Amino acid sequence: MKEAHGETTLVVDPARLVEAALHLRDEVGFDFLSDISATDYLGWGGKGVSGYIGTPGGRDLNRPSTSGLQKLPDPKPKRFSVSYHLLAIRSDPARVRLQVWVDDGEPVPSVVSVWPTADWHEREAYDLMGIAVDGHPNLTRILMDDDWEGHPLRKDYPIGGEPVRFSGDE
Amino acid sequence: MALAPERPRIYEGSRIPSPIPTVLEAPQYLRDTDDILTVNFGPNHPSTHGVLRLVVDLDGEAVVGVRAVIGYLHTGFEKSMEQKSWWKAITYPARVDYVSFQYNELVFVLAIEKLLEIEVPPRATWMRMLLCELNRIHSHLVWLGTAGLELGAISMFWYCFRERDRILDLFEMVGGTRMHTRYFQAGGLAEDVPPGFWDECAKFVEIMPKAIDDYEALVDRSEIWLERTKGLGLLSREDAIALGQSGPVLRASGVQWDLRRAEPYLAYDQVDFRVPVYHGGDVYDRYRVRMEEMRESVRIIDQALRRMPDGPWIADDRKVVLPPREELHTSMESLIHHFKIVTEGYRVPEGEVYVAVESARGELGCYAVSDGGPRPWRVKFRAPSFVALEATATAVTDALVADMIAVLGSLDTVMGECDR
Repeated sequence: MKEAHGETTLVVDPARLVEAALHLRDEVGFDFLSDISATDYLGWGGKGVSGYIGTPGGRDLNRPSTSGLQKLPDPKPKRFSVSYHLLAIRSDPARVRLQVWVDDGEPVPSVVSVWPTADWHEREAYDLMGIAVDGHPNLTRILMDDDWEGHPLRKDYPIGGEPVRFSGDE
Repeated sequence: MALAPERPRIYEGSRIPSPIPTVLEAPQYLRDTDDILTVNFGPNHPSTHGVLRLVVDLDGEAVVGVRAVIGYLHTGFEKSMEQKSWWKAITYPARVDYVSFQYNELVFVLAIEKLLEIEVPPRATWMRMLLCELNRIHSHLVWLGTAGLELGAISMFWYCFRERDRILDLFEMVGGTRMHTRYFQAGGLAEDVPPGFWDECAKFVEIMPKAIDDYEALVDRSEIWLERTKGLGLLSREDAIALGQSGPVLRASGVQWDLRRAEPYLAYDQVDFRVPVYHGGDVYDRYRVRMEEMRESVRIIDQALRRMPDGPWIADDRKVVLPPREELHTSMESLIHHFKIVTEGYRVPEGEVYVAVESARGELGCYAVSDGGPRPWRVKFRAPSFVALEATATAVTDALVADMIAVLGSLDTVMGECDR
């Protein structure tokens, strides 16, 4: 459990995700799933856009009068994070971020049975980020074509240079 | 005045299809009869508001199965934004939802500000609120015009676009462009508001309530309109929450929920407005909610105009905000800052945030991750249109094919935002 920027993040083991989700929905009242966001942390803490090499205790470039190289971000436990943004619709509203960490190909259980709205969100995470969602009733691509190769939002997916496809080439 | 026939009101229990919540499947006994006609509705159809494709199973005129196929307008905004500096990426969100562009800009800018922990001057906050409410009216007008058009109320379109044009004129006055103004900056606004804006906006506040009266006079007593909207596209309170619906769709299903009231951002806790809630959960109630929201937005604009604070319009933080133009000729420091922000971009501290605002369509969220560098590591939008389309299968249960268009229109989706 972490607190940052006034937001609470609960990190759970992927195997216990559905259990945690059911507890949050039924016992704590988080009846509304706002969003599922998957993030790829491949290359996290590498060279920045301007080529600075950071050091763990480095300087904060936004603060004047500090010296040294840029500070490296904290390392992440695994390659992908999947964040479930939950909301409790009541007179004292609350939000929480439920987060799981997985490596490439490691499955995340589906929460469609807990919040039906997760259907498309999970398909999007699979389509664009390649998150293997386990137990989803209809895990197909949603935004890209059915025969698309690769997962475009991954960090190792190149930008530009997509092949132009013509209906004639079969 | 009971013009329209009484239709069954909101249902009990859940109508969400199972096992796939977003796909309505035709029952087996109907599929066995071989009488089912499968029709591709879209992706190019005037009433799909863009490029949505519905695969519809028809039994005569009744819709017995429906599956929404999206992605025809996927443009990879989120991927593109990762390649730009935070400063340049502000240009993108407005293009995501091109009808309520100001909200997308706002939510992204609020996310940057939350990561930067930068304080925004009150004038900028109030001006943002004013522009966002103008944008809400703009978005609802586009909705009302096109939804009316689809149901045969053609004159609606001309009336709505008359007022819409006035709003775009106001945007042009402030930001220089009619849409996609890119007027919000991290820290405040790009420029101060031009002096002539206040008078023009006050004129708009005066005419808009009368214009809304006109719209209501056009459709509220039209038997065709009532016949085609009442009791259709039902979505119960429980189903709406389970399907993640937000905004007018959720409020028409009887949920008292508006982020402006529940989690006030900007200066919404300082203005007086009402949150309209209806309990029918049908197309007509969604229309009523949007009409009343327009009236409330006019009230908020009026209050913002009267109470607009003076003072700076952007934060005084030279590491994030561009220095004033005139300083560039006299101050070396300013020149360096200007150069660094434009070429390299400002650095946003490491962290992850989720910011949500009440856009014209519902909860618009932005999840932003920064690694401490000048470019976003990840930006994800929680698009209310995307979520609204998930409810299609539930809402068109028992509908006829012509009703489906009314139901689809009432969910008010913008495909650009849905596919991103």
